[in-house]
Amino acid sequence: MDLASQLLQYLFAGITAGSIYAIIALGFTVVYNCTEVINFAQGEFVMLGAMVAAWSIITLHLPLPIAFLLAVAVTSVVGIGLGCVVIPPLKRASVVTLIIITIGGSILFRGLAMLILGQDALPMPQFSEGSVMVANAVIMPQSLWILGVGLACVVLLRLFYDKTMVGRAMRATACSKEGALTVGININRMVVISFALAGAIGAVAGVIVAPISLASFDMGTMLGLKGFCAAIFGGLGNFGGGILAGLMLGIIESFGAGYISSQYKDAIAFVLLLGILFFRPQGVLSGRKRE
Amino acid sequence: MSARESPASPTSEALAQVEKGHLDRRVLGLSRPTWPFVLALAVAMAILPFCFNNTYYITVLIFIGINTITAVGLNLLMGYAGQVSLGHAAFVGLGAYTSAILSTKLGLPLWATIPAAVALTSLIAYLVGMPTLRLQGHYLAMATLGFGIIAYIVFKQWDLVTSGTSGIVDVPPLSPFGRTYAETPRLFDLQTYYIVWAAACLLLVLSANIVDSRVGRAFRAVHGSEVAASTLGVNVSGFKIQVFVLSAAYAALAGCLYAHYVKFVNPEPFRFTFSIELVVMVVIGGMASVWGAVVGAGTITILSELLRSVGDYDVIAFGVILMVIMTFMPQGLTRAASDLLQAILRGRRNR
Amino acid sequence: MNQESPILLDVNSVTKVFGGLVAVDNLSFAVPSGEHIKSIIGPNGAGKTTVLNMIAGVLKPTSGRIEFEGMPTSGLETHEIARLGIARTFQNVMLFPNMTALENVMVGCHSRSVEGLLSAAFRMPSQKREERSIVERALAKLELVGLADNAAEAATSLPFGKQRLLEIARGLASEPKLLLLDEPASGLSAREVVSMAEVLAKIGNEGVTVVLVDHDMQFVMDISDEVVVMDQGRKIAEGPPMKVQNNPHVIAAYLGEED
Repeated sequence: MDLASQLLQYLFAGITAGSIYAIIALGFTVVYNCTEVINFAQGEFVMLGAMVAAWSIITLHLPLPIAFLLAVAVTSVVGIGLGCVVIPPLKRASVVTLIIITIGGSILFRGLAMLILGQDALPMPQFSEGSVMVANAVIMPQSLWILGVGLACVVLLRLFYDKTMVGRAMRATACSKEGALTVGININRMVVISFALAGAIGAVAGVIVAPISLASFDMGTMLGLKGFCAAIFGGLGNFGGGILAGLMLGIIESFGAGYISSQYKDAIAFVLLLGILFFRPQGVLSGRKRE
Repeated sequence: MSARESPASPTSEALAQVEKGHLDRRVLGLSRPTWPFVLALAVAMAILPFCFNNTYYITVLIFIGINTITAVGLNLLMGYAGQVSLGHAAFVGLGAYTSAILSTKLGLPLWATIPAAVALTSLIAYLVGMPTLRLQGHYLAMATLGFGIIAYIVFKQWDLVTSGTSGIVDVPPLSPFGRTYAETPRLFDLQTYYIVWAAACLLLVLSANIVDSRVGRAFRAVHGSEVAASTLGVNVSGFKIQVFVLSAAYAALAGCLYAHYVKFVNPEPFRFTFSIELVVMVVIGGMASVWGAVVGAGTITILSELLRSVGDYDVIAFGVILMVIMTFMPQGLTRAASDLLQAILRGRRNR
Repeated sequence: MNQESPILLDVNSVTKVFGGLVAVDNLSFAVPSGEHIKSIIGPNGAGKTTVLNMIAGVLKPTSGRIEFEGMPTSGLETHEIARLGIARTFQNVMLFPNMTALENVMVGCHSRSVEGLLSAAFRMPSQKREERSIVERALAKLELVGLADNAAEAATSLPFGKQRLLEIARGLASEPKLLLLDEPASGLSAREVVSMAEVLAKIGNEGVTVVLVDHDMQFVMDISDEVVVMDQGRKIAEGPPMKVQNNPHVIAAYLGEED
């Protein structure tokens, strides 16, 4: 394969992975903006989406679109559950305690998935067949689906925040809790909604990546952590930043794996994380300077 | 001594005593010395192995002891100095791997490899800590998280040095009492048990001493208010790094003991999951005293063992228990227990 | 006060600009060492707290120099400034909530003690001796401010007035030459203000120089040896309380200000 095709191949692989990271980063951002909590269960939302979809296709013989919706619905409900659990300690607990609670949640979800849906990796069918050739580089149509669905996700989220009452209420809460309270916004409800959203977003990511990576009960950890890295790079709380950072992370990872070492591919995200934290903790892409 | 209008309060009595040369620590709100309690623990642990025949229990107790050592160090970092580490498994692993590699590949004796492992891990902790400890709250947690994962990936991938996923085998056992002890399984377990718990008790006393000293107060001051601490001459970054390196040293020692007991070192025990378990041990035990580390290490280790026998439900149960304890007893079990005890005593008195 | 006392603190043509705002404008005054209480007063926004923060090394003057015993304070780390011999309190009181009153003051002794990690861990005799001396010194400071009876209580469980005094005791424990007080009387009841004034008088006896910033005219005039009056960043009067009180510029600056 000539250099140009190889580059293109890596680029597409990177954009594909990066889109997933970007969507996961969105999930972190939604919760963080509303509650200032870093939801370590975000990766498990991705896993649940993938597992529920794959399982319902294989065992319940549901058609893909229905399975997709089911996965999103179930995971949103799980998200609501976690949101409800988080509310009581939210006011008085420390950062560490809240982090541990979400970690407890992630452990719980992983265990439930393992128990109910099994320890085996479940395959999922591609959304459409065939393959696409672009300048000697092979692109799986699933990559295009990932890009497309990811884009749709971003657009829908933007619409939600800009055009709907609930979305605007959430933005208000994110900016100022006191302000939101004075105009009568129910903060607890906002918290629960943000977790539900995060669940839905995670599930979407899981369903669209499962055809490539298979669905398994332990797929969530690494994905979640990398998506988290992307959220930090983009500036925690910064939507656009998280998306851009996710894409960039995917691309850097892909090229790194191709040209430097595929063994240490997973480490790339975290080395970048440390680098960012040491030199610019507020994120590369956020404009504001943080204390 | 000045005349006081009000009836002599406990503190003015204490003051008078101080002037005479005595120091009533309890009245002054200072903590009691810990060593008598540690001694009691040591005696109890010394007797314990003779209470049952099953070596399985001894093994579990050894692991509790090893985890206690790590937890005590992490408790100093998290409970007293108020810093967070979500990657401490890396330091345990670094200690284990370094000592294992030095003793297998270079054939060095354990009395050299273990201090070397602790020293190297401390150095790495220093290098990681320097830029990291400037960061606030959750950023620090993230940096330690990232470091922990990188360390695990290196353990897995650096085949040349760490033998990757297959791990390092035939790690020499702890054998300060000679080869016979090391080679007879039951004697080896017993011998390691005493070594581990002697180390744990010693470190408990040393840690309690540190907490109740100028350095310990500096750690707590940093936790209480960094700004105020620095205006009193406390070099805040310096102390943060000090406690971070110290906690890494404890973890490294625990790693060494693990390596030379299990005689096999592979990457799996040092995953992110273990870092979380360590944090859970410290938090659940209760961060306000070094005893929290013992309680936490004991609880989590036993819980893991118990749940393992229940089969697939262990992971779920672990998650649930975690969330429940964090929500309802964020101060940890030790504190919850002592609160409960106090409530009971108060109830009794009021009758 | 000895007229020939060396200058402890020299504020020399100091200006501080924040963005477009001139918070402090060409301010100069000197503080002699030894028993002396110098107060900086002025209506809201006069720049008093900015001056205090610059002396404490938290802020750097945009121009001009602040020298403590001949050494400039800007550019030093906060803990280095403490070791020079400057202690300070905060307007909203920054005690250590995770410690008792006595332990708070014991932290104050930090810069005047030396025992480190190893000697603490192994309880070396020198460390035990030093610990004991720290406890005694801390108790003495608590007694000075009248809080000896509260030694064992959690610092933040004390009423606000006592917390203020505790913070002063803690600052004194570091045996400073200069004590900076940020609005020591604000938020106190009339009775507490009286206690505060008594404590400040006692501090002078220990040879500690005090520079304080406050709003409460009565309090300041009662206890100060010298007063610097600021308005909108500039010094408009300086001198003994009597003289300053009758200064027409001062009266004009405070016209309309509620006490």
